[in-house]
Amino acid sequence: MYLRNALRAATAMTLVATAAAHADTLTIATVNNGDMIRMQGYTDKFTEATGIDVEWVTLEENVLRQRVTTDITTKGGTFDIMTIGMYETPIWGANGWLVPLDGLSEEYDVGDILPAMAGGLSHDGTLFAAPFYGESSMIMYRADLMEKAGMEMPEAPSWQFIKEAAAAMTDRDAEINGICLRGKAGWGEGGAFITAMSNSFGARWFDEEWKPQFDQPEWADTLNFYVEMMNESGPAGYATNGFNENLSLFQQGKCGMWIDATVAASFVTNPDDSTVADHVGFALAPDTGLGKRSNWLWAWALAIPAGTQQEDAAKQFIEWATSKDYIELVAESEGWANVPPGARTSLYENPEYQKVPFAKMTLDSILSADPNSPTVKPVPYVGIQFAAIPEFAGIATQVSQEFSAVYAGQQTVEEALAKAQAFTAEEMEAAGY
Amino acid sequence: MATQHSRSVARLMMAPAVVLLLGWMLVPLTMTLYFSFKKYLPLRGGDLGWVGFDNYVRFVSSSSFWPAVQATLVIVGGVLVITVILGILLAMLLDQPMWGQGVVRILVIAPFFVMPTVSALVWKNMFMDPVNGLLAHLWRFFGAEPISWLSEASMTSIVMIVSWQWLPFATLILLTAIQSLDSEQLEASEMDGAPVLKRFYHIILPHLGRAITIVILIQTIFLLSIFAEIFVTTGGAFGTRTLTYMIFQRVLESQNVGLGSAGGVYAIILANIVAIFLMRIVGKNLDA
Amino acid sequence: MARTVTTQRKTLNTALAWAVGLLIFFPILWTILTSFKTEAQAIASPPIFLNFDWTLENYAIVQERSDYMRFLWNSVIIAGGSTVLGVIVAIPAAWAMAFVPSKRTKDILLWMLSTKMLPAVGVLYPIYLLFIQLGLLDSRGGLVVVLMLINLPIIVWMLYTYFREIPGEILEAARMDGATLKEEILYILTPMAIPGIASTVLLNFILAWNEAFWTLNLTAVDAAPLTAFIASYSSPEGLFFAKLSAASTMAIAPILILGWFSQKQLVRGLTFGAVK
Repeated sequence: MYLRNALRAATAMTLVATAAAHADTLTIATVNNGDMIRMQGYTDKFTEATGIDVEWVTLEENVLRQRVTTDITTKGGTFDIMTIGMYETPIWGANGWLVPLDGLSEEYDVGDILPAMAGGLSHDGTLFAAPFYGESSMIMYRADLMEKAGMEMPEAPSWQFIKEAAAAMTDRDAEINGICLRGKAGWGEGGAFITAMSNSFGARWFDEEWKPQFDQPEWADTLNFYVEMMNESGPAGYATNGFNENLSLFQQGKCGMWIDATVAASFVTNPDDSTVADHVGFALAPDTGLGKRSNWLWAWALAIPAGTQQEDAAKQFIEWATSKDYIELVAESEGWANVPPGARTSLYENPEYQKVPFAKMTLDSILSADPNSPTVKPVPYVGIQFAAIPEFAGIATQVSQEFSAVYAGQQTVEEALAKAQAFTAEEMEAAGY
Repeated sequence: MATQHSRSVARLMMAPAVVLLLGWMLVPLTMTLYFSFKKYLPLRGGDLGWVGFDNYVRFVSSSSFWPAVQATLVIVGGVLVITVILGILLAMLLDQPMWGQGVVRILVIAPFFVMPTVSALVWKNMFMDPVNGLLAHLWRFFGAEPISWLSEASMTSIVMIVSWQWLPFATLILLTAIQSLDSEQLEASEMDGAPVLKRFYHIILPHLGRAITIVILIQTIFLLSIFAEIFVTTGGAFGTRTLTYMIFQRVLESQNVGLGSAGGVYAIILANIVAIFLMRIVGKNLDA
Repeated sequence: MARTVTTQRKTLNTALAWAVGLLIFFPILWTILTSFKTEAQAIASPPIFLNFDWTLENYAIVQERSDYMRFLWNSVIIAGGSTVLGVIVAIPAAWAMAFVPSKRTKDILLWMLSTKMLPAVGVLYPIYLLFIQLGLLDSRGGLVVVLMLINLPIIVWMLYTYFREIPGEILEAARMDGATLKEEILYILTPMAIPGIASTVLLNFILAWNEAFWTLNLTAVDAAPLTAFIASYSSPEGLFFAKLSAASTMAIAPILILGWFSQKQLVRGLTFGAVK
């Protein structure tokens, strides 16, 4: 212990300048999403008001996960605030690695956070991360193309309808694909989509005994339906398309429908980036009549790693960044369509925000997602497009790689499911289930 | 000849480098070995006790193990073959008299200065993207259906990207070697009217032997551990999961440090097999 | 080198070489061009080559989002520091191997190279824990040491091959004149080896500059170099080709320029003693 401190002191001495700056500087790790980058532009206001400096470490999602996970499990103490999601929060909270977000100020109004979000970011009723923005998933479609195809989108369509509409809207000569969906490998990419979709087909990852369920017919139904529809009406190379690839396809007018995160609504309706901004309609994610829809629930949230020297300053920052005032700040200078959505009830009660075309559908989608009962059959896990257990990310990434190989035509659905079943069983056994 | 005195001085001079590298090898190696016999799951509370050879058995018996070894060897082998062959051709071309040789040489070595992450990003997004990529445009221009490079031809794509990065290196070493070739010797054979191919096989290729060995040795060392190119492009999907990448998945994605460490030990073994194999060839060639 | 060739053949060579050269350089050229387009032009179909409205907007956005100079400075310090340190450690070792070779010299050399084969990911946790213990996380000093160790084998080997090319007679003569070992190294060997040392320095600077695993995983703010800078642009939402191109251009430009200006030295350096 003495040696360790001595070495620390020595390093500190050699880095006096940086060490001194550290005393009232927060280091925040975050993801390079639009809303986060916008927040960085406003940090000056926070610094002005509190005198606390903020240093940003902005990373791409996969790199960010890898960085913050390494740091929190080794108690590296590199960051004062980490941007994490609904998957990590309950697991880390249960391990005691996060500072509980209690004793927040009166005006912050913690009760205003959407219950679905607060629930997903808590463990045993204690909030461990504050949602910066939240999302579900929904259908975004081209009203003009739908009309041209002579069809009408219901508020809550079925998968069968979507498949037919996709085929009708597809026009290969005009480079229009009826439907664009994620196929990219990775648990947070195509893995999240197919898992949420499988819920509506009655599939589940594990049964109550934690036995993997890929050998059940529901999974084969899901994948067969997906592959058939995508081969018929999807874009070329959909096996490598993730959120971003589809977004750019949709913005260029190359998709008839796109089922993805509700936050995408503000991008596809923004005339600066989107060529189809005026023609976008919204609908609930499809189902098959079994009682569960295929929409997920997710939040990017700010959490404080236990052991930080700057707990108070970090709490102050989180209160600022996820407050009602911050939302108003953004609304004032960039318009209501650009505020971080999906975190607070009051936002959806605001008449100004209700005028935003996707506001209602976003809220409806969020409200129709229930992480505590995600599937038709009972499951032992929490989470819709994931199972909140530490092993899931690793397993689901490999499983989704097998699925992507199906999408690319490199193996059959049966082969992929057999491999997924074997691999998952192997990993779960290794983890001691 | 060296005296006893100069020998001990020499040993002293080598000491810092040797000690440092020994430390750099032993500390991580010992820690890797230590972890590889443990059930170490950071997300489940860290060290969960000794498990003997469990991790080793599990790592090899995983269905992804042999495909990963194969993928590793295919990438290393593919890149070596491409860079050496193209490198020789390019070096011979650059050795010819021409206008603006300096500028051409600059153009050819430029990819070597590009960070692997950047080159992977650029290739993936701006060239291999099946919709907006330049190659897709090129394919459509000729009336062909664009290829989804990273899924349909994943291995080829990665070998292509990595070869592009390492071709300059191979070319430069081979070029220097060709330039040192006695031009009189060449001219004489030219006068004799020896056909081009014959000249190549009997004069140029033997002369390049040593340079080729160096290219293979150095590149293998770097290629065995390529990571960024896979991480950025396919994320290990579509059969591109190399041993290095598999270890990454075990350690960081599955958060199973024990299992990943066992994988690390296997990777070291594989590297050493390749190394011994190489040293056999290189060793001979390195004797001046 | 005075091979006589016809003008026709020379023209043909030139055309072919330029075509190949431009083909190889094209991805970089395309990245640079794209960085001056708007996002819409960057994905225009058919692609636009030169006739677009050149804009600096992407650079402005990138600069506004991240403090480029800080990343650049860290890259310079880390790559430079590790190279200098490496050369200082390597010169004596390489000298000893070249001029007082023993039976084990070659083994030691090959063993050194083999340390480079340890897969970095496998030891991330051990090294990370070690860095925490030593308080080296996110410090340039820690990275300088790590990168120095990673590249040390290459440095030793390159220097060794240069030193070996220095004729032994000169050393003999100097010894006759009563030069001490120190003088021998300082006044005779080093000046003769300067070109070799220069190319070693260059190559290792490039290798260290491009190292993207440790530099990304062991840094956060204070020591983050350009590899971390790039990691924040790799796949944001929306159209990003132009911004990615601008960030990429900014990340590779310094090393590209350095490489071009010093390519003569570098070419020499890359021989690894292969020509002999």
